[in-house]
Amino acid sequence: MGGHEDPDADAESRRMTQPFPFAAIVGQEEMKQAMILTAIDPSIGGVLVFGDRGTGKSTAVRALAALLPEIKAVEGCPVNSARVEDIPEWADVTKCKIVKRPTPVVDLPLGATEDRVTGALDIERALTRGEKAYEPGLLARANRGYLYIDEANLLEDHIVDLLLDVAQSGENVVEREGLSIRHPARFVLVGSGNPEEGELRPQLLDRFGLSVEVSSPRDIDQRIEVIRRRDAYETDNAAFMKRWRTQDTRLRNRILKAREMHPEAPEATIRACAELCLALGADGLRGELTLLKAARALAAFEGASEVTAKHLSAMAPSALRHRLRRDPLDEAGSTTRVERTAAEVLG
Amino acid sequence: MISPDWRRAERARALLSANPAALGGLWLRARSGPVRDLFLAGLTAPLPIRRIHPTISDDALFGGIDLTETLASGHMVQRGGVLSTPALLILPMAERTPPGLAARLAAALDAGTHALIALDEGAEAEEALPPALAERLALHLDLTNIPLGDARDIPAISARPGPVAAPAAALSDLTKVALRLGIDSLRAPSLALHAARLAAALDGREEVAEADLILATELVLAPRATIASAPEDEEEEDTPPPPPDNPSEDQSEDKQNDQQKVPEEVLLEAAKAMLPPDLLAQLAARAAARARQASSGAGDKQRSVKRGRPLPSRPGRLDGTARIDVIATLRAAAPWQTLRAKASGQRLAFRPADIRVKRYEERSERILIFLVDASGSAAFSRLAEAKGAVELLLAEAYARRDQVALITFRGTEADLLLPPTRSLVQTKRRLAALPGGGGTPLAAGLKAALELALTERAKGRTPAIALLTDGRANIALDGEADRKQAAEDAIAMARAIRARGIAALVIDMGNRPEQALRALAAEIDAPYLPMPRADSARLSSAVSTALAE
Repeated sequence: MGGHEDPDADAESRRMTQPFPFAAIVGQEEMKQAMILTAIDPSIGGVLVFGDRGTGKSTAVRALAALLPEIKAVEGCPVNSARVEDIPEWADVTKCKIVKRPTPVVDLPLGATEDRVTGALDIERALTRGEKAYEPGLLARANRGYLYIDEANLLEDHIVDLLLDVAQSGENVVEREGLSIRHPARFVLVGSGNPEEGELRPQLLDRFGLSVEVSSPRDIDQRIEVIRRRDAYETDNAAFMKRWRTQDTRLRNRILKAREMHPEAPEATIRACAELCLALGADGLRGELTLLKAARALAAFEGASEVTAKHLSAMAPSALRHRLRRDPLDEAGSTTRVERTAAEVLG
Repeated sequence: MISPDWRRAERARALLSANPAALGGLWLRARSGPVRDLFLAGLTAPLPIRRIHPTISDDALFGGIDLTETLASGHMVQRGGVLSTPALLILPMAERTPPGLAARLAAALDAGTHALIALDEGAEAEEALPPALAERLALHLDLTNIPLGDARDIPAISARPGPVAAPAAALSDLTKVALRLGIDSLRAPSLALHAARLAAALDGREEVAEADLILATELVLAPRATIASAPEDEEEEDTPPPPPDNPSEDQSEDKQNDQQKVPEEVLLEAAKAMLPPDLLAQLAARAAARARQASSGAGDKQRSVKRGRPLPSRPGRLDGTARIDVIATLRAAAPWQTLRAKASGQRLAFRPADIRVKRYEERSERILIFLVDASGSAAFSRLAEAKGAVELLLAEAYARRDQVALITFRGTEADLLLPPTRSLVQTKRRLAALPGGGGTPLAAGLKAALELALTERAKGRTPAIALLTDGRANIALDGEADRKQAAEDAIAMARAIRARGIAALVIDMGNRPEQALRALAAEIDAPYLPMPRADSARLSSAVSTALAE
């Protein structure tokens, strides 16, 4: 995943033949739910997972990659175009065959240079043939898929700025070294981080649709179950994967079905949503939009035909907690504030 | 006679040699020396061993285009990096690992292809391996206290690790012990289980036995402990272990695995024996280090390749993060031109080794936030003297080009009297006109100072708070005149300041040193100076140390 030209992909695939099954993750319901909802409606705009080490953040993201339904894309297209006419003109694609491929989940490693993120001059061709050509970067590969940033809070500022810009416009523009290239870059941003190691700038926080906080389960039986499943996954991989495959498939089918549903949002629900955001003083309108979208995706996932206050209050913490003004004394965090206000406003 | 410490170290080495990738690796705390050399010499790994260093570049890690070869041969030559092929990495000076490298290595460890031995030579408790790596390395070992005489080579045990069954009880015991030692992460019990399995395999057992679990607890769980089990902490280590029948929650809850005696207590004893006596002190230091590291993201960074005061340029490569120093590069290439011209026939020939990159030193600006108590009690005692002390500090700050800000608290709230400025005159004027009287809303003052400090830090400055008060807080955060609540709020704010790693200094301007204020200073982790003894020289030196971080 996400290496240079992945010289280590082989070595990696030898051990990690298949990622840990999504359905086998113990607990962490909020995180799992948030990820499923972005799979239903990518326009919700990504998930930020904040929490301690060893709580299964990375495991969940990698599991999600295996869970996601396949996409149809032109074979060999560097930006995973869905149709032949969408292929950017700089790309050297000769075949026009549409193939199914897994939804891309691209890792953005810390300390990735700007060149690697946006793409840059193809050094190989410049050096050996003296040609100017564009070599696509990680943003191109992540188009129509997921971009995963582990330790998002340690990301360098200039890369953050760049990501914000692209995430907003859905397009990556490269104007350097005499190149002028643009290509679509629409992706779901998934970030994870440990709040002890530095905080995220509010601008970047706001770009994530949902945010969830994870912590280790306190329940001893649950903890033992986590270790047991991990152990089974590592020692008896084949049997373990077989046992969980059906559940993963069922979940995938539910996601596919939910995508086709378009639950109605009645006037009353929209009003309640606005009132809630107003009462919380959430900055900007993005919170309201995200909350409504997330509630709708949740309703679709549950097979409901209408978005109700129940869906709103279920999604309010994840959609709003990172958009509140921070209170340095409030150690309990914004979650309780959102829940309390949601209970008051939505009844 | 082989000392138990060395024997344990030797076992750790054997585990690591058997299957480094499953364990992630080893965090070895030891100064460079014969003991460490002896330890490392006995390492036999199934993976190739490669040394890396904390400033290793991405090129060396991931590989890339070999410029020299490519240019010479006219076609693309790729060079593999350290992470391209599975290896056991040895990282000396691991305490200096920057977070970026830690994250990259962590990703490699997660992929399960690599293992890492982090040689931590940290002298102070604050210098330690980045938590992202420490978390993923199963074995934690400290060789610091092993005398050379104890360290003798033991012939390595060579057993072929075969499949080892782990009884369900072993799994749940390790998990429970981890929880009782205050280890939150679930990676720890998982790694401990791996270690126990390997230990059993080395001894030729087919099932994990109690001895294996004890070894795993000693090597994996005990060094990660954050509490010395059970609610009572520190004192417990010195006293003999409590009788095993002390009623603990999870024991009564679970249905007791009734085979023999549950080794959970045995494991806890093993872990306790391993805990250093000054556990809590170390934890505090570690937490402080973490906070400081975290804060360095924006403000305190010393070296930079982008901006700041220029430093002499250094040989380097153009990896997109540094800027080339053209003059220095030309100068480095100049002596070789005749020689190179003969070889290549080019007018001007450069080699990658000629490249010099610019370096800069970035000094983040400091800001000293004065938090002055202007309540009635303070006004009557020594507000005037406090003003004098502040002026003294101001002069100091001015000389060092620090910014200053002034916050006062009286009545029910705190006021930002002077936003951050460098103007000495303005500060003095505001200070002279400082009115006194009213209650002491200490918590509100601390809160205002903390908020300002965080804002300033976000701007890339390094904040420090100087608190001048008589410490008799009597107004709570919500403005109520409730002495008890006020004291609690003040303590809570103090902890918040400490948690964010902001340097501070507490000056007691009461007539008599106030015990509560001393306690408050301890909560902030700040030096406490009672004014009766705080002459000008001591004051300014205290401020200098508080700001010197």
